[in-house]
Amino acid sequence: MTDLTTKLLIIGGGPGGYVCGIRAGQLGLDAIVVDAEALGGTCLNVGCIPSKAIIHAADEFEKAAHFANSSALGISASAPKLDLSKTVSWKDGIVKRLTGGVGGLLKKNKVRTLKGWASFVDGKTVDVTTAEGVTRIRAENIVIATGSVPVELPFMKFGGNVISSTGALALSAPPKNFAIVGAGYIGLELGIAFAKFGSKVSVVEAMDRILPTYDAELTRPVAKRLKELGVNVILGGKAKGLSKDGKALEVEQNGKTESIPADKVLVTVGRKPLTDGWGREKLTLDMDGRFIRIDDKCETAMRGVYAIGDVTGEPMLAHRAMAQGEMVAEIVAGHKRRWDKRAIPAVCFTDPEIVSVGLSPEEAKAAGHKVKSASFPFSANGRAMTMEGEDGFIRTVAREEDHLLLGVQAVGRGVSELSTAFGLAIEMGACLEDVAGTIHAHPTQGEAFQEAALRTLGHALHI
Amino acid sequence: MGVHVIKLPDVGEGVAEAELVEWMVKPGDNVMEDQVLAAVMTDKATVEIPSPVIGKVIWVGAKAGEVVAVGAPIVRLEVDGAGNAKADETAAPIPEAKPPAPPPAGELSAKRTEGAPAAKSPPQSPSATASPRAGERKPAPSRKEGEKPLASPAVRKRAADSGVDLRRVTGSGPAGRITHEDLDNYFAYGGSAPASVSGLAPDTSVKEIPVIGLRRKIAEKMTVSRSRIPDIVYVDEVDMTALEDLRAKLDAEKKEGRTKLTVLPFLMRAMAKAIAEQPQLNSLYDDEAGVVRQYGGIHIGVAAQTDNGLVVPVVRHVEAKGLWECAAEVARLAEAAKKGTATREELSGSTITITSLGALGGIVTTPVINHPEVAIVGVNKMQVRPMWDGAAFVPRKMMNLSCAFDHRIIDGWNAAVFVQRVKTLMENPAMIFVE
Repeated sequence: MTDLTTKLLIIGGGPGGYVCGIRAGQLGLDAIVVDAEALGGTCLNVGCIPSKAIIHAADEFEKAAHFANSSALGISASAPKLDLSKTVSWKDGIVKRLTGGVGGLLKKNKVRTLKGWASFVDGKTVDVTTAEGVTRIRAENIVIATGSVPVELPFMKFGGNVISSTGALALSAPPKNFAIVGAGYIGLELGIAFAKFGSKVSVVEAMDRILPTYDAELTRPVAKRLKELGVNVILGGKAKGLSKDGKALEVEQNGKTESIPADKVLVTVGRKPLTDGWGREKLTLDMDGRFIRIDDKCETAMRGVYAIGDVTGEPMLAHRAMAQGEMVAEIVAGHKRRWDKRAIPAVCFTDPEIVSVGLSPEEAKAAGHKVKSASFPFSANGRAMTMEGEDGFIRTVAREEDHLLLGVQAVGRGVSELSTAFGLAIEMGACLEDVAGTIHAHPTQGEAFQEAALRTLGHALHI
Repeated sequence: MGVHVIKLPDVGEGVAEAELVEWMVKPGDNVMEDQVLAAVMTDKATVEIPSPVIGKVIWVGAKAGEVVAVGAPIVRLEVDGAGNAKADETAAPIPEAKPPAPPPAGELSAKRTEGAPAAKSPPQSPSATASPRAGERKPAPSRKEGEKPLASPAVRKRAADSGVDLRRVTGSGPAGRITHEDLDNYFAYGGSAPASVSGLAPDTSVKEIPVIGLRRKIAEKMTVSRSRIPDIVYVDEVDMTALEDLRAKLDAEKKEGRTKLTVLPFLMRAMAKAIAEQPQLNSLYDDEAGVVRQYGGIHIGVAAQTDNGLVVPVVRHVEAKGLWECAAEVARLAEAAKKGTATREELSGSTITITSLGALGGIVTTPVINHPEVAIVGVNKMQVRPMWDGAAFVPRKMMNLSCAFDHRIIDGWNAAVFVQRVKTLMENPAMIFVE
């Protein structure tokens, strides 16, 4: 057994852990990042990045397919062909570049990395089982950044034709019939992509609408698009398991059980924090439901033990973990920091995309605000028309008394990039007048943000 | 229905404009005949403008604090009948101003404006009637319990680095946003001290109080005095033991109905005696005309503090008043000044002034000469001090006189002679009364 000591030990090399490592290195802290898999975690390896690569490929393929039947744009092309295994290896190339890049950044900042499975011995000691044996690390500070894993259905465990999002991103060919359990953002993003690749996609959702965590107004354009793509959406349906021959998914809806043909079944019913398997029982951590309880410094119930990312709660988003990781490194370096963010943007890379930053009108009302809200449709936005993306809108939510921007939501083609503007406005404490008074370049979809603010103020120009 | 226009009446001799200090009515109010509409202030007197008719206020022509020309319309009333709006300008029935004609010199008039409003409502607070002035800062919106302070990430980081809890910082930006400037201010004035354990918190609020009415008059007068008059200040101490013994005796044996004596009437009498020997001290210097007007009559202004600020009621013809008369007049005027019922005439026309902070303590003051006078006598607190009588220290009642003189007219020598003469008279009070 070899022994190491360090100022800061980070368990998990995902977006929370590796950012924490880089920042620690920048601040001159001696730090070690431990991960059993490739650096980058779920996000880089089997989440955000690869799924976006697949979605992009699906969009490109769909575009070509769209032109195969001549189009309004006057472009026609012959029917496209898809070699998904090639797509996947292209995607893997990107992932490799990025995870390699993370390794390079950590190295550049003099952060040591260790590949292996970490397990707590006590609050200051961790054993890492590597290929070469066990390394014991004593650390002044430890960051738990173990992330989350897909939730498995007990009656339909992953394996064979039942796959998780990770499996879906590694398929060598689009399944002919593709059933998806769960119409959350992961299921829909992948479902839409595979529908574009040519799969006959069915989505089963137990709730009465898709994307139940977003308000109905935002999800309507997505529902419309699902219909156009021929996706069979079964709402209020409950997956019961595979049929006996394994070629269909049994779904119960309105008391009747139906068989949906499925070569592959993708289960995306949520993710759960990875709180076991790394010696949590050796520590005395307070829990917050399934998550590890943290304070506004990301410190757990134990002094010197921090937790960041998905293991600490919703929203389970990479950018939240990154911000937490950065903050914890600074705290360990002696800076006075605490979690003071106003908004964590959430994006669905569906078609069309959905962005939500800050509070929705309902959430704002529930928080006790008097609310002023209006939306501006992309059907009145010139740039959206030129991109064949007239579905959707941008909505601003403001406090009535002082017009403070509380939230911005949008649905529409490519609106994910607008999350930057929305987030900045809220983080800076902008009022409606600030957004309305900022020149937004023409012609861009962003103009709809300004117009939404103007409309909330009662004087939109282009509607 | 007609409209009756009320114009600012002639509120005093030679007065071309007056400051509107308070509105008693606002548009929409119904007014009765003789109901007071507004108060205006001229030099030092406040005059009420009554309504000559019954009607409803539909318009007011000035905000509190604004200066209005005599003859300018200030109120429009909706009245039954034709009103006077068409007859207009020349025929407008201007309500008679209430202040009396100036009394002849030497006559003390007890007549005063009916219930001058100064005492009722300080002119410094016109907010009830005046809309907020430009530049007046809106009070920072207060954050609700538990609400995060609104600030950009850069401001938040700077605050965190400096150990400042932004919840303690007042935001001046829209929606109460805390700016870098607010932090600068907090560091400069509020709060480099960390949140104190005593529960004391810095108050960074700024309240704007318009300088209007009496306060403006005081400000103007003081500015004129300090900027124009090169003064000489002369201080000496006076042994008051003998005078105090006399005062105590006189008070003990005073006739029924007589005012209790203070030091002031003795001082006034002593000044009258000293001025008889140095009449140039009882003068008004018209520095623009280059003329000193030396007065025969001695009119002593006695500075008095009121709720609204400093006023100087005047005891006229002290040379012709006995000790008890002076005492009675000082008491009456002080009361009138405090109540705000002193007339313009009672508040003007002094030729020399006494200012006394005696009761409060203080060893020396540097009094500001009541321009265009040339001398002011300041009274400091009387205290028992040990004095050397040539053989031993003895307890004596000592009082300082801090006097200022316009050095353009009064030479230092003459100033000293005057103070020494007053001192001698006060220390030997019998001399005040012996011809």
